[in-house]
Amino acid sequence: MNHIDAVFQELREEGETALIPFITVGDPDLGTSVEIIQALEQAGAHMIELGVPYSDPLADGPVIQRASERALKHNVTLIDCIQTAENARQAGVKLPFILFSYYNPVLQFGLERFFSLIVEKGISGLIIPDLPIEEDGEVRAKAEEANIHLIPLVAPTSHDRVTHIASKARGFVYCVSSLGVTGERSDFHKGIEAFLSAVREATTTPIAVGFGISSREQVERFEGQADGVIVGSAIVRKIEEMVPLLQSPATKQEGLEGIRAFVSALRG
Amino acid sequence: MNQVPDINGRFGKFGGRYVPETLMNALLELEEAYKHYSKDPEFIAELNYLLNQYSGRPTSLYYAERLSKHLGGAKIYLKREDLNHTGAHKINNTLGQGLLAKRMGKTKIIAETGAGQHGVASATVAALLGMECKVFMGEEDTKRQELNVFRMKLLGAEVVPVMSGTRTLKDACNETLRYWVSHVEDTYYILGSVTGPHPYPMIVRDFQRIIGDEAREQIQKEAGRLPDYVVAAVGGGSNAIGIFYPFVNDESVKLIGVEAAGSGIDTEEHAATMTKGRHGVFQGSLSYVLQDEYGQVLPAHSISAGLDYPGIGPEHAYLKDTGRADYFPITDAEALEALQLLSRTEGIIPALESSHAIAQVMKLAPTLDSDQTIVVSLSGRGDKDVQSIMGYLGGTANESH
Repeated sequence: MNHIDAVFQELREEGETALIPFITVGDPDLGTSVEIIQALEQAGAHMIELGVPYSDPLADGPVIQRASERALKHNVTLIDCIQTAENARQAGVKLPFILFSYYNPVLQFGLERFFSLIVEKGISGLIIPDLPIEEDGEVRAKAEEANIHLIPLVAPTSHDRVTHIASKARGFVYCVSSLGVTGERSDFHKGIEAFLSAVREATTTPIAVGFGISSREQVERFEGQADGVIVGSAIVRKIEEMVPLLQSPATKQEGLEGIRAFVSALRG
Repeated sequence: MNQVPDINGRFGKFGGRYVPETLMNALLELEEAYKHYSKDPEFIAELNYLLNQYSGRPTSLYYAERLSKHLGGAKIYLKREDLNHTGAHKINNTLGQGLLAKRMGKTKIIAETGAGQHGVASATVAALLGMECKVFMGEEDTKRQELNVFRMKLLGAEVVPVMSGTRTLKDACNETLRYWVSHVEDTYYILGSVTGPHPYPMIVRDFQRIIGDEAREQIQKEAGRLPDYVVAAVGGGSNAIGIFYPFVNDESVKLIGVEAAGSGIDTEEHAATMTKGRHGVFQGSLSYVLQDEYGQVLPAHSISAGLDYPGIGPEHAYLKDTGRADYFPITDAEALEALQLLSRTEGIIPALESSHAIAQVMKLAPTLDSDQTIVVSLSGRGDKDVQSIMGYLGGTANESH
């Protein structure tokens, strides 16, 4: 059984909602990313999205763009990000890993090589934000073969497409809570409840909500309606705040503690 | 060869729709609307009226006799897109898409711009049609093209300087797409080149093919036969596709795209996507991309803000890989030389973008016979560049990045 399915099954039995943090790997550096992943696990995260930094992150707002730029300053590559999953595993992290990458780095690496490497390094899921269902045939087939869950995005504007997308989803369906790019916001799409119900009706696969969730109140709001809540920019912003602390050995623990405390508070 | 793109927006393997799901509905809606209105006689009549009476089409095909004699060899004909209202071919597309936006019931338009020509053309059409307009422009380019920034503001548009990434055209495109994702309900994105996700490369080509349709008729009237060569500069590639497309099935006509080699293709400062790039997915489509071995997009460089782009339209990738068109690099220095030559021999100051095409003609014409002909797309006029050219030639400031 895929690790992601196992976690959702367990949470379902306990009546809990998955907390799924996102980080940009290599922000501020690869070694610290492993420690941040450990901190996220300690804070109660249930699975982790590992973001591959990219030069042109179309779906992302300024916070994640800046994180990408910081990571790319020391040339963090797709392979580094995948290796980070293994390093975290060796450091004792038990959570499932979901790799989040724009398509071009994956395409340039080569799909065959890519899937064998992520299987080898213990990654369970894959999100490619610029690969809509019209374009994902080859990737989906290879992912199925490798037992990697290709997690699709659905948006409030997906309308008739929801059923089709949800029917092909593996792991969970990533429901985009609002129009726009990633980033914290106070309001969600006005039809969010109806949208989530529509996705729920279309599939038995778990559904998770993301884009713009940054506080305990917002997490709570979706706990009843979704099986998982994804928090990205808010955590990346917290990491950004902690960068000065993380970069000095004397204050590193304090920085990690700041991230841990923030994520614990999201869980309530 | 004209049956492209297919229903999935593919030109051979190139093209497609590599965008976040949040944009898919908007692209499908756009495709539907375009399919409908591009066949609607009233839409076509209104567009043709504006192209003729507002922009001044057809633009002339001018025999550049002094330039031809100076170079010795082929006869050179200039397709004078510089004579369009707003000074470049960009208005052909913005009039078409502006009318489409209006028909679709959108009240706001957004656009990206590099050199500012597409931004000016979008702001112009917005003013004409009474729509709100926001133009995203790399901060670097707002400095290089101050005059165009001011023109857009005069036309009532808001110019948004883009501070992300390399602060040039590619980042302006990213930012426009990001803004569009958040405002798809009332906002229409007028994409300025034959790039981006389907259906844009097709729509922009269709609105720009008037350049080639006119040129093909004009040259046959003028020279009694089809040209031997058609030459055009390519950044994203809209004027080039516009003039190439109607000639694609004329096998005797050689199609030549000219890309920006900046400081030289063996340096790190160029925008020679075809010469130095590889297949990759960038800003919504599969095409040639300047990228490193890990698939990160590389910054481009050119003296011309309009060619300073690490991607290229997918139909050009298709024309290249099928061998139908050839693409050659021209350096900043060669373009500047061509600009001066055309200014002095013909009294026409070309845009820096178009100067790249002229520079290729300087190499090509002398190798041909006097009974051979070259049609070159003079895509825009150089007024917008005069200030920065003064910097380069006079050795003073306003340097390109």
